[in-house]
Amino acid sequence: MSTSTAQATEPQAIDVARVRADFPILSREVHGKPLVYLDNSATTQRPEAVIEAIASFYRTSNANVHRGVHALSEEATDAYEGARARVASFLNVETPDSVIFTRNTTESINLVAHSWARRHLRTGDEIMLSVTEHHSNLVPWQILSQEIGCKLRFLDIDDEGHLRIDQLDEVLNEHTRLVAISHVSNVLGTINPIPTIACAARSVGAKVLVDGAQGVPHGPVDFSALDCDFYAYSPHKALGPLGIGVLLVDRDLMEEMDPFLGGGEMIRDVTLERSTWAAAPHKFEAGTPSVADAVGLDASIDYLETLGMQNIRHHEVSINEYLLERLQELPWLTIFGPKDPNDRCGLVTFNDNQIHPHDLGTVLDQHGVAIRAGHHCAKPLMRRLGVMASARASFYVYNDRSEVDVLINALLAAREVFGLST
Amino acid sequence: MQGLDDLYREVILDHYRTPHGAEEIDAPSVRVEGFNPLCGDELVMTLDIDDGRIRGLHIKPSGCSISVASASMLAQQLEGKTVQEAVQLKESFKAVMRGGDWPSGTDPGDLEALEGVKRFPVRIKCALLAWMTLEQALAQHDPELVSQVEADKDIEVRAY
Repeated sequence: MSTSTAQATEPQAIDVARVRADFPILSREVHGKPLVYLDNSATTQRPEAVIEAIASFYRTSNANVHRGVHALSEEATDAYEGARARVASFLNVETPDSVIFTRNTTESINLVAHSWARRHLRTGDEIMLSVTEHHSNLVPWQILSQEIGCKLRFLDIDDEGHLRIDQLDEVLNEHTRLVAISHVSNVLGTINPIPTIACAARSVGAKVLVDGAQGVPHGPVDFSALDCDFYAYSPHKALGPLGIGVLLVDRDLMEEMDPFLGGGEMIRDVTLERSTWAAAPHKFEAGTPSVADAVGLDASIDYLETLGMQNIRHHEVSINEYLLERLQELPWLTIFGPKDPNDRCGLVTFNDNQIHPHDLGTVLDQHGVAIRAGHHCAKPLMRRLGVMASARASFYVYNDRSEVDVLINALLAAREVFGLST
Repeated sequence: MQGLDDLYREVILDHYRTPHGAEEIDAPSVRVEGFNPLCGDELVMTLDIDDGRIRGLHIKPSGCSISVASASMLAQQLEGKTVQEAVQLKESFKAVMRGGDWPSGTDPGDLEALEGVKRFPVRIKCALLAWMTLEQALAQHDPELVSQVEADKDIEVRAY
């Protein structure tokens, strides 16, 4: 991605046939047709190595973490903390202590709202978001702003779905305390210029939170280079398990944050009247964590690094080129987002101008093609685009150009079902 | 494809292309909005009920072919009917969508074509949207008419 440290080496093509063999689910059929899974922005599939890592943890090392002196507990703790260290090195985070495990991106963002923003924002302060945000990076700020009387301001998009960076100076001001922005739009696919936005935010003294749900899966992410304070993402959108989320926090901010949930694991000392908190990151991780999912996350990072994040990025751009070209052959489609395949990650949102996206989704499903149809948890953006809903096809490491062809043929078949011209 | 042909029968597509109830009515006595938060489909229903009879019915749908066609069929069938007949048809249709059969002696008319939806469980809520909205509208007209407005987890209805 444009916002990451580029690798000096030339990208290598991904051997899709070999990758596919690692994903058991991809060999199944849907309605008698081979599965063409194009709903990767909702959640990807998992390779055998991740499934096996989770099963193996339960078979051989299962115990609770950070308590007990027995061998299994020690192994489980090592595995859990090892996964934390692995995330830190994967995303170039200075210390594993900056990595907080949550349930998902939504919980990560809510954690920032609860533990940092609630303490630091006052009536009259402002939070800058964009009109493209997923509900997970909008609703928590609406709740907070209603509670403490701060104001939400929004960066708009241009006709191609790029953020209006030229309007940053108008939207940001001395009242802005936080800029919360997605790394990549889950609807438009646009890769946002985070360093530029972060730099503008710094100049008015605001902190920066990046919703990386669609960032980490699609290319190299370097937390240190992005120059943001908080970065949230969901490993299940990058071959990892469902049920574990990540929040990266700048180390300097950790100490000025309140705990999130209260309970076991997050305390230093407890009396009947009051408690003191464990050091970060454990202060933010109350209760038994999802240890097996952390182990699966570790395995998924192995898998991603073997493929190479730069190669994954290259693969998606290559699919984008073909996908956009083929979709443009169908004049009844409206295609949203940037026209340049280099400006977007491997997802495209579109509408057939005469077929509702749910009907399209149903017809495609009968052809074995899984896409997302609806508002994509971005209702304000749907309104901004002037539509009620849209269809989204999102590609990943195991998808290739032949699946673009299957998609196109299914889109043509839908026209036939509805008695429309092709 | 067998399943798709069952779902998108010609009569459904006809209703989708030119829905009944499209004309606004002058003096509505009830106005209700129904929507499906999961998929974003919504419709506004206005009724002119006078002396126990539906004199006028206007539906402004915004959604997929199934929800629009179902709303259109509702408008087609209920115009001029008594509120009692409307309650009965609504109950029958809900029961059919949930796996039951049409009561003997009932002529479902075009609604029969929506039975194909039953093979697509995630789309049943699309077919039910107009009918759940009708339920609320009738209850609003006369609370004694509808003993209980059913709470459906997929569909929200409110006075408009």
